[in-house]
Amino acid sequence: MSDAMTGFELYQPTDVEQAVDLIGRYGSRGWILTGGYDSLDWFKDRVKAPQAVIDIQGVAELRGVRPTDGGGIEIGALTTLTEVTTSPTVRDRFRLLADAAGEVASPQIRNAGTLGGNLCQDTRCWYYRYGVDCYRAGGNTCYAAAPDAQNREHAIFGASRCVAVSPSDTAPALVALDAEMVVLGAGGERVIRAEDFFMEPAVDITRMTVLEPDELLVSVRIPSTWADAHFYFEKVADRNSWDFALASIAAAFKTDGVRVEDARIAFGAVQCTPRRMTRVEEWLRGRALTPEGVDAAAALASKGAQPLAYNEYKIPLVQNLVKRALRSV
Amino acid sequence: MSETDRPTTTVLLPESAGGWSRRDFIKGVIASTVTVSGVSYFGAGCASPLPAQTGGVERLVSLSVNGQTRRVDVAPNETLATTLRYKLGLTGTKIGCNRAECGACTVLIGDVNHYACSTLTHRVRDREITTVEGLESGDGTLHPVQQAFIDELGPQCGFCTPGQVMSAVALLRANPNPTRKEAQAAMSGNLCRCGAYDHYLNGVMRAAQEV
Ligand SMILES: Cc1cc2nc3c(=O)[nH]c(=O)nc-3n(C[C@H](O)[C@H](O)[C@H](O)COP(=O)(O)OP(=O)(O)OC[C@H]3O[C@@H](n4cnc5c(N)ncnc54)[C@H](O)[C@@H]3O)c2cc1C
Ligand code: SF4
Ligand code: FES
Ligand code: FES
Repeated sequence: MSDAMTGFELYQPTDVEQAVDLIGRYGSRGWILTGGYDSLDWFKDRVKAPQAVIDIQGVAELRGVRPTDGGGIEIGALTTLTEVTTSPTVRDRFRLLADAAGEVASPQIRNAGTLGGNLCQDTRCWYYRYGVDCYRAGGNTCYAAAPDAQNREHAIFGASRCVAVSPSDTAPALVALDAEMVVLGAGGERVIRAEDFFMEPAVDITRMTVLEPDELLVSVRIPSTWADAHFYFEKVADRNSWDFALASIAAAFKTDGVRVEDARIAFGAVQCTPRRMTRVEEWLRGRALTPEGVDAAAALASKGAQPLAYNEYKIPLVQNLVKRALRSV
Repeated sequence: MSETDRPTTTVLLPESAGGWSRRDFIKGVIASTVTVSGVSYFGAGCASPLPAQTGGVERLVSLSVNGQTRRVDVAPNETLATTLRYKLGLTGTKIGCNRAECGACTVLIGDVNHYACSTLTHRVRDREITTVEGLESGDGTLHPVQQAFIDELGPQCGFCTPGQVMSAVALLRANPNPTRKEAQAAMSGNLCRCGAYDHYLNGVMRAAQEV
């Protein structure tokens, strides 16, 4: 049976203190498990073999959506993607996130996969998932950037040795909503802007987020800033179900009816972290959305792209997604 | 069950480990004659390797499957699909891809459909599990979804069918009157290699009229 995963000790804490204690105790020999839809593949392939698996799904206090002072919301890290996408509060006020969560994988995966797990998941570069010793795995080469490599799914922006992409559908939505991540470790709590939560390969190529091995993502806070704005989420993938994005756009717009007052545009699956299109946002501010304006914004969105052998199509894809988002306003 | 035909599963257990011991295990076996261990299905050689266990969950658990409580010895790294098929003999749950990409292993946990191949069994100790074997009524009458799938000629090879059935049952429990589009979305985590999607959808819509 291929699910003969390497043996591990399994812990199932029921409150945050126990969880943080266990995570601190095992550090990099431990593995946090939530829905398991990223983790179990690693274990089954025996590429990762932690000594202790800390299954935190029983920590009830980290699950659910609640309002915060100031009109925002806070979502527990263990809230499932199905709960996020069907939550009336999320749907009514921050539909961008509900739409993004509803596009993840398949219904069964969303029924167990958590928001926290979706944000902390590792990249899906298949060379890396196969277990080769590439840069990200601590080695000294990138197999996906080799001349004959299959890199149709890989990055067109911001590569630094590693050309893998951020796989998460919810991550760009949270960046666009100016969300904050609440993180707890033995040393206490810290709050990190969603945009700063994802790790640039140039800083640490072996990690996808800034989380330390002994830290737990406890919740995501969404301020009221973008509540009820005009939202646009679109994910392009080979199939409607299961497949990871080839590119996804999460955008929020405020207009006065004619001009764009403010905008947020973030992309998934084009860079190692969610890519915020700051230059496009700035350009849009105060402008009316004429057809020429839409084209100009789209051209700006792909500026600086550096395609690999098989992913040049992502350049017009990014441009067209920006156009579609702007035309929806 | 007599003393002699009790499964000889203790080979896998270390002499003593924090939280439980071989002695507790044997006591557990004696207390419940329906304890199952499927080590023989694997042969001791390819059973999941046990770490030097120092803590964590107890292996001997009670699972509630299809309305029955079943005592079973579950390794920490064991998936529900493995437990159901190879320890409880419930082979209606299929393993297709074993990595959350096909839906053949779909079961209900509570009223919700999940991939059993990607769920650790220890995760569902205190939950109600329903497999395709648990749907028909006591007198053998099929569940309306099962009957509708037959009437609409859903299955071709049939390998994906148990999973399709379980997703359809989950949908109709949550939403007894789905639109065809809603049904399509709800069934989108179940692959059918034979491509019988429309037949299954017809079945779901027919069953919705009956439940
Ligand atoms: C077939 C398939 C298709 C998929 N398609 C998509 C897709 O289209 N879009 C998409 O976005 N995702 C997709 N995924 C990924 C899936 O959505 C994620 O794996 C899932 O959301 C992760 O959540 P989980 O709770 O299952 O994570 P787990 O596997 O339990 O955890 C993922 C990682 O995050 C860490 N982690 C989890 N929670 C926390 C926390 N609170 N604090 C700190 N670390 C934590 C874990 O240690 C682990 O390393 C797919 C997965 C599969 C198997
Ligand atoms: S893209 Fe990154 S993860 Fe993939 S082979 Fe290259 S270094 Fe490894
Ligand atoms: S066997 Fe579980 S999804 Fe394929
Ligand atoms: S009937 Fe053959 S896979 Fe669906």
